[in-house]
Amino acid sequence: MSTAAATHDDHHDHHHAPTGLKRWLFSTNHKDIGTLYLWFSFAMFLSGGFLAMVIRAELLEPGMQFVDPEFFNQMTTVHGLVMVFGAVMPATVGLANWMIPLMIGAPDMALPRMNNWSFWILPFAFTILIGSVVMSAFGAGNPSAPNFGWTFYAPLSTKYGPASTDLFILSVHMMGISSIMGAINVVVTVFNMRAPGMTLMKMPLFVWTWLITAFLLIAVIPVLAGAVTMMLTDRHFGTSFFDAAGGGDPVLFQHVFWFFGHPEVYIMILPSFGIVSAIIPAFARKPLFGYASMVYATASIALLSFVVWAHHMFTVGMPLAGTLFFMYMTMLISVPTGVKVFNWVATMWRGSMTFELPMKWAIAFVVLFTCGGLSGLMLAITPVDFQYHDTYFVVAHFHYVLVTGAIFSIFAAAYYWLPKWSGIMPNKTLGELHFWNSLISANLLFFPMHFVGLAGMPRRYADYALQFADYNFWISIGGFWFGLSQLLFLAVTVLCAMKKGEKAPAKPWEGAEGLEWEVPSPAPFHTYDTPPVVK
Amino acid sequence: MQSTLFHRAAAGLTSLMISGMTFASDWTERSDLDLRPGVTQVSQEVQNLHTTVLWIVTVIGLLVCGLILFSMIRHRRSKNPNPSTFHENVFFEVLWTVIPFVILIAMAVPATRVLVQLDDTAESELTVKVTGYRWKWSYEYLTYEDDNDIGVSFFSNLATPPEQYNNPVLSGGLFPYGTAKDLVGKDAPEKDHNYNLEVDNKLIIPSGQKVRFLVTSDDVIHSFWVPDFGGKKDAIPGFVNETWALVPEGKEGTYYGQCAELCGKNHAFMPIAVEVVTQDEFKTWIAEEKEKAASGPDLTPFAGIDQALEEGKQVYDSACALCHGANGEGGIGLAFAGTEFATKKEHLNEHIDVLVNGRAAMPSFKAQLTPRQIAAVITYERNAFGNDTGDLIQPADVNDHE
Repeated sequence: MSTAAATHDDHHDHHHAPTGLKRWLFSTNHKDIGTLYLWFSFAMFLSGGFLAMVIRAELLEPGMQFVDPEFFNQMTTVHGLVMVFGAVMPATVGLANWMIPLMIGAPDMALPRMNNWSFWILPFAFTILIGSVVMSAFGAGNPSAPNFGWTFYAPLSTKYGPASTDLFILSVHMMGISSIMGAINVVVTVFNMRAPGMTLMKMPLFVWTWLITAFLLIAVIPVLAGAVTMMLTDRHFGTSFFDAAGGGDPVLFQHVFWFFGHPEVYIMILPSFGIVSAIIPAFARKPLFGYASMVYATASIALLSFVVWAHHMFTVGMPLAGTLFFMYMTMLISVPTGVKVFNWVATMWRGSMTFELPMKWAIAFVVLFTCGGLSGLMLAITPVDFQYHDTYFVVAHFHYVLVTGAIFSIFAAAYYWLPKWSGIMPNKTLGELHFWNSLISANLLFFPMHFVGLAGMPRRYADYALQFADYNFWISIGGFWFGLSQLLFLAVTVLCAMKKGEKAPAKPWEGAEGLEWEVPSPAPFHTYDTPPVVK
Repeated sequence: MQSTLFHRAAAGLTSLMISGMTFASDWTERSDLDLRPGVTQVSQEVQNLHTTVLWIVTVIGLLVCGLILFSMIRHRRSKNPNPSTFHENVFFEVLWTVIPFVILIAMAVPATRVLVQLDDTAESELTVKVTGYRWKWSYEYLTYEDDNDIGVSFFSNLATPPEQYNNPVLSGGLFPYGTAKDLVGKDAPEKDHNYNLEVDNKLIIPSGQKVRFLVTSDDVIHSFWVPDFGGKKDAIPGFVNETWALVPEGKEGTYYGQCAELCGKNHAFMPIAVEVVTQDEFKTWIAEEKEKAASGPDLTPFAGIDQALEEGKQVYDSACALCHGANGEGGIGLAFAGTEFATKKEHLNEHIDVLVNGRAAMPSFKAQLTPRQIAAVITYERNAFGNDTGDLIQPADVNDHE
């Protein structure tokens, strides 16, 4: 066994990296796979954003001007699915692929071939999903793409779902397999491949938050797979899991879905906590405040995320005791979340801060994620949630935590680590333009949604009553502005990929800490073949 | 288009500046920046709770942002070149775990109290069963005071005419509304004040009496929501949910609401309108309705085809246009304009049968429309959209159809 391993090692040729299409198709290199994930997620971000532009164009003015309400529903559905499963999740997996081995001093991910597979499933899964939209667009809405919202509540998605629902089910299964494999890879890597001396409590927080995220994924993605499988058998094999007429229960669907769906929210945000916990100390030139309490807070958030799911369904008519339980648990989750925010503020406190691009995004994240977290606390208060539920107030809330939260932190990470990935400093002028345009337009886009929501506009409406017209106009303007601003980021990344711009040193950020800064920029194809020793 | 956009921009900017300062009394007046207090005692308590929580989170938010801003100004490298090195402080860490916990308890107590109140549907005087359909509501009056056998029920459809919301700007593009291509480029009629909120038959309830709503659905999940009554309840097929409202005397008027759970294509086009009247008015109205329901359908023949066409158009626009298209061009449902089904004599009996008994995805309209309405709408479908059969169907023809 050991001889075989040694022989294998001898075959390793460090100076002959594969080239061309084969390099990417057959890659088992964590850096290349990370790059693939990141480009893929950015492509999905732009595609999902295009669908959002269709939504905002239709909502610019009252009346149906551009699309049929049926097509509008397909847009909201596929926008949500593409952004959640195609943009945010693969982006954080891409970051994990690139950074976890570098951060823990490992030569690669523990299961490189599975790593290849878990990425290459995704383009097929999304071709199936987006293909149904393309067919729908060219068939003027017939056949219909999935049109039941990203939450695909039964019986709208079962008995009343379009034929493409089966494509959707297949595509969700594939995304799920990809996520589970990605998560297993992270767990195995973190537990087995840390450099000598890298104890668990010395790991960078990004590794910690991803480890916890990976456990969440392994726990809940199978539940999602169960939900879509039950849909499939309800649709075609005569079962009645979600059909009251056959003795089933439409509310069961919501319980199963949100048992996956709420931890899913934390799957999308926990890696962000790790990113921001790396960036703020680097630019405040001061160690992270309360490292241990950050780890414990992340773990408690993850555990609590399993007992709050029904706060998404307060209006389904649960018994009083159940409603109270979920209200109290949901309120409780704001305590560890608050601890994290206070820790970041305390890290900045009496530091020596500079505001390079990663820091700008990270601070915007802390402020705007807090805003989204606080509206989340308001939504936890059940009697008031009866008013907020399914209005634009909810849309405002989850876009604050997901766009100005998760996605802003992913931008922070990209600006922070692009020098390491490409060896080129991101273009400052374009980067500043990207940041300020995104910051202002995102708030123009999402803040007035609080107001239309409180004023009573339900979400997923293709058309609305006249009193909502003025805010919707400004929301749409903010939307187009935010969408166009992202093309600036495309320019930044393309310049880095083409190696145009200032060369980056091994450690471009003065206050940055961690093993990833000890290898040259760009990081060589193979790193840490000999593990570093961590003191 | 351009002038409307410009106009919208100017109007929007002005209203953004002033709307925060005014509280509209009517929901359809300018949107407020804040949650509406509503008309019931519960809705007002909900609004108070909202205001309390909003203040708490605003103060916390401002505190956090203030600290960050202060730190960004004072702890810049140019102001503070030598960073401090502290990285833990047990006192503060315990403090910012315990204080939020105490604040949460302070919020949970009133929240629990209001929730218990909302949950109490006992001792109601009127019970109405609310059923969600794609895409309309039906209201069935079950019990009122001592009367357990009312037998009054009706459907409630959107009353906004389709020409007001069909304003396609893409001619022959990929996705104009339905296939209403002849509307492209036409000036849309001005939208009514209660655009997308007005209905043909309002739900009528008395003031000063507790009304219990039993909420359910016939197809997919809908959600029954009148914001001024303080909350929503999902309408779930196969289940009956309860909610209630007590509109105080002196607050009579019309209150609007909308479906709040995605239910398919016309989710945005199934509003709720509740007319609250005094108890005397309500008693008179319910007595009249009972009598009408008891005396059987009105089978008076139409005086002529014009009368039938006029009534038929109204029925068509509210009950048929959503699926069959504003101009009979089809959509989810089949087309009428120039089709064999709507022009050939041999399909006339089938046409009546489909409306009375339903066929495949087309529901039966026997419960939703009167024989007179069904006769009128069939006459309309066979003599409008360029069809010219001259067929005049009488209420009795429909009533006799098995």
